[in-house]
Amino acid sequence: MNAWILGVLLVLTAVTATAVVLTRDPGRQAAVLSAYGLVLGMTMLALAAPDVALSQIGVGTAAVPLIVVLAIARCERATNRSRERGDRSEPR
Amino acid sequence: MRRQLPLVLGVLGGAALAVTGFRALAALPGAGHVPHPYGERAVADAFHHDTANAVVAVTLDQRGFDTLGEELILLAAAIGTVLLLRRLTAEAEEDAPHEYGPGEIFEGVRLVGYVLLPVTLLVGGYVVLHGHLSPGGGFQGGTVLASALYLAYLAADHRTLERLRTAGLLDTAEGLGAFGYVAIGLAGLVAGSGFLADWLPTGTVRDLRSSGTLPLLNVSIAVEVGAAFVLVVAKFLEQAILVPREEAS
Repeated sequence: MNAWILGVLLVLTAVTATAVVLTRDPGRQAAVLSAYGLVLGMTMLALAAPDVALSQIGVGTAAVPLIVVLAIARCERATNRSRERGDRSEPR
Repeated sequence: MRRQLPLVLGVLGGAALAVTGFRALAALPGAGHVPHPYGERAVADAFHHDTANAVVAVTLDQRGFDTLGEELILLAAAIGTVLLLRRLTAEAEEDAPHEYGPGEIFEGVRLVGYVLLPVTLLVGGYVVLHGHLSPGGGFQGGTVLASALYLAYLAADHRTLERLRTAGLLDTAEGLGAFGYVAIGLAGLVAGSGFLADWLPTGTVRDLRSSGTLPLLNVSIAVEVGAAFVLVVAKFLEQAILVPREEAS
């Protein structure tokens, strides 16, 4: 039974990891990465490491995708602002 | 032909890696059943130091010096991130009329934050303090404690986190945590057992006060890891949620 759960989780890990690589848009990729982190955390739980699973979920599912999303938001704002500035300077 | 060469090389290399990789995997001993010379010695040493959790005995006692390196890498990474994401004077002038926008948080999210905050703090503290007894330790507990701070951020608002961050508490905790680990190691030199070697009475196995210096090391790691985690994410938050003042009101 335990081996079955582990097998399913390992296959899910491979599938979600491939999905992360195949997702091209960084914003969507952050969401897929979050799902991958959750699957990885469950795999660690199945391997009898509940403490590592907790920190994996904290870092891989929450913090890293959050940092990616925040960085994207900041970059988009910077591009928008420079575009606005470019529009304003054009009529001169 | 020239364009196909990388593809051919890639397929050949991938096939060779797959074959040798699967052969190596098949030859690995099964998990948790076959005795291994390193495992036997590590567990024997853990019991010698009255440490119930052999994993923490390996990471903090037998290979405490490696963990010191890991901790200092994290410290360097956190300092680097904070330095890179600081607001330069030119940037600050350009963004002068900016402030933090109001949080638009669903009531449900707020409620979940309030409910989970004490639970997360309790679990984090437990994982840190029982690291030498059951699965856990400073790194794992530190990240759990740090995520508790983000629940506070969700439940209250960014000003709570901002106040905490600007109070200088986090910076101090970050430095103190890293210093604590080294200081406990140096105390071993003074006590005569050697750098990072156990110098406290080891107590009785499975007692909260056992394993000598390991609980102290776990606490200092938790402080350092938790502070680093909060500092880095807070810096990204600060950069991302700053909006022009007219939008903020």
